[in-house]
Amino acid sequence: MFKLKYIGKKFIQMLITLFAIITFNFFLFRILPGDPVKLLARSGALSQESLDRIHALFGLDQPLGIQYLIYLKNMITGKYGISITYRTDVGTIIAERMGNTVALLALATVLIIVIGIGTGVIAAMRRGSTTDKVLLVASMTGWSLPTFWTGLLMIVVFGVTLNVLPVSGILTPGAVYTSTGAMLIDYLRHLIMPTIALIIVDMAEFFLITRSTLVDVMTEDFILTAKGKGLSEKKILWRHALPNSMLPIVTTLALYVSLVIGGAIQVETVFSFPGMGQLMYDAVLKRDYPILEASFFLFATVTLVANFISDILYMLIDPRVKEL
Amino acid sequence: MKILDIKDLSIEFKSKAGMVHAVQNVNLWLNEGEILGVAGESGCGKTTTTLAIPRLLPKNAVITGGEILFNGEDLAAKSEKEMEAIRWKDIAVVFQGAMNALNPLKTIGNQMMEPILLHEEGVSKAEAEARVKELLEQVGIAGHRFNNYPHEFSGGMKQRVMIAMALVCRPKIIIADEPVTALDVMIQAQILELLKKLTKEYKLSMIMISHDLSVLSELCDRMAIMYAGRVVEFGDAKDVFKNPKHEYTDKLIHSLPDISGDRVFTGGIPGYPPSLIEPPAHCPFYDRCERRDDSCLGDFNFTEITPGHWTGCIHHR
Ligand SMILES: Nc1ncnc2c1ncn2[C@@H]1O[C@H](COP(=O)(O)OP(=O)(O)O)[C@@H](O)[C@H]1O
Ligand SMILES: [Mg+2]
Repeated sequence: MFKLKYIGKKFIQMLITLFAIITFNFFLFRILPGDPVKLLARSGALSQESLDRIHALFGLDQPLGIQYLIYLKNMITGKYGISITYRTDVGTIIAERMGNTVALLALATVLIIVIGIGTGVIAAMRRGSTTDKVLLVASMTGWSLPTFWTGLLMIVVFGVTLNVLPVSGILTPGAVYTSTGAMLIDYLRHLIMPTIALIIVDMAEFFLITRSTLVDVMTEDFILTAKGKGLSEKKILWRHALPNSMLPIVTTLALYVSLVIGGAIQVETVFSFPGMGQLMYDAVLKRDYPILEASFFLFATVTLVANFISDILYMLIDPRVKEL
Repeated sequence: MKILDIKDLSIEFKSKAGMVHAVQNVNLWLNEGEILGVAGESGCGKTTTTLAIPRLLPKNAVITGGEILFNGEDLAAKSEKEMEAIRWKDIAVVFQGAMNALNPLKTIGNQMMEPILLHEEGVSKAEAEARVKELLEQVGIAGHRFNNYPHEFSGGMKQRVMIAMALVCRPKIIIADEPVTALDVMIQAQILELLKKLTKEYKLSMIMISHDLSVLSELCDRMAIMYAGRVVEFGDAKDVFKNPKHEYTDKLIHSLPDISGDRVFTGGIPGYPPSLIEPPAHCPFYDRCERRDDSCLGDFNFTEITPGHWTGCIHHR
């Protein structure tokens, strides 16, 4: 009963935040400098009449209040309008790009969680050992590397000098595949470098958080109780230490989602990876409002849902959660 | 019958400043069915000595010498695997600072069943649950609170849970490390009463640590007084309390508890206990002792001066 109420409360909070973000986005894009119609009509030789018609086509001639209401309705019904640069339905463009980004993020997330948390546990259990020290130095280094820089470095080393991995795109242009398997391998080969560039920082972050949390938890009194009961080190880890370390990790997970999206934009730009990040980057340059609004809306939703999920996980793990 | 016999036990901690000689050549024993009290001011080595028995010392501790004989076997020489089988099954602990000794994410019922399911093969969950609930009732907690989490209990209640938990496997020995220190006075008395009752009922042997000598003298059969890593006096509890044979014991008996529960000496003895990094070979109380003379500077010599009463003081009364 308490749990349902808690989930409901969190859900409503999420909706309110989402609404605030949509509103903020709407005004943000109206305040940002640059007139998209002027950009579109690069020649500058367009007659005022044509400019007005373009304005009308995109609904930019309406008063701001009306634009806002239309905008709200469109966001909710999934109509993101026509892209100013591509002149096709934004939903369709995003759908094309989304698959690639989801593949990249899914792969990255699995690796970050498995490797980041896994190595964190190993280091914490062997605190002070050589393994621990090596992992610590590696993660501190990884943590401080800028994503675009690692990306560029990898392109130079593995793409150009060693020439073992493709440096851009998602499929080799003009390639003819004998089977789906061959295509999948090509796809994965294109994913390797962007994924690595994307995960280094977050993996290091997860490593550091897991390690420090677990080291802290291992000094708690109830761990000594567990040992006193005759539990083996492994059982202490699985039954007592790890569940208690999950709380900060779950919180990090929610933060991670917003961070990794930022990382994806950098990585996709560096690797000319045809995903949402690159789409957004281009859209910013070209002031393609409909695309930007739609992608911001999507990412905001994803981030909020991640937060919502982490709140619920937190509640499920920690019996002390009673209030908001 | 000695159920536990600690012989010449020495324990050191590795620290940045050097090896800390926290326990030096300690000798004491526990008779079956008896309560042994261990007293002494904070930092004198009570916890270190007693946690060495189930080998629950921190990683930087080393047992540098001596034996811990339990049923004739030396626990100090056992492997970690062998110790795992002995912990809680034979020797259970009510830890110092029990406020955080329970895992906040698990129900107390689950935590109490854990040792049963771990040590006793063939005991079903239902049987374990029944046993746990019965023990909860015995320490004055309603059985239906089995499914409650630690944060739903008060400090005194948590301590009761800890005591009940120590009993779940019917251990032979219970080590209670300052089981009431953090609790308020009314509850202290209740918990001590409860411990005494349970020791009788379950025919337990118990080591009870406290820095409150008056509590120990009432509760215990035998008593050990520790100072700066050494047992300076050991004997029948009433005897030690009434006829202290070591100057430090005498001072401890005549001290009053201060607000924090730590003892202050009414006489106001100047000085501090010696450094444990380079402890003296002679009586550790020498620097602060009013009766000291050059004969005290010989090696500390723990001897039996009347049957069953041991002291390290050569000027014993
Ligand atoms: N983990 C540790 N590392 C280094 N020194 C320690 C450690 N634990 C305890 N000590 C030292 O050992 C001595 C005895 O401590 P302890 O057994 O906890 O005393 P008591 O229980 O009588 O208060 C103290 O001087 C303390 O500073
Ligand atoms: Mg102590």
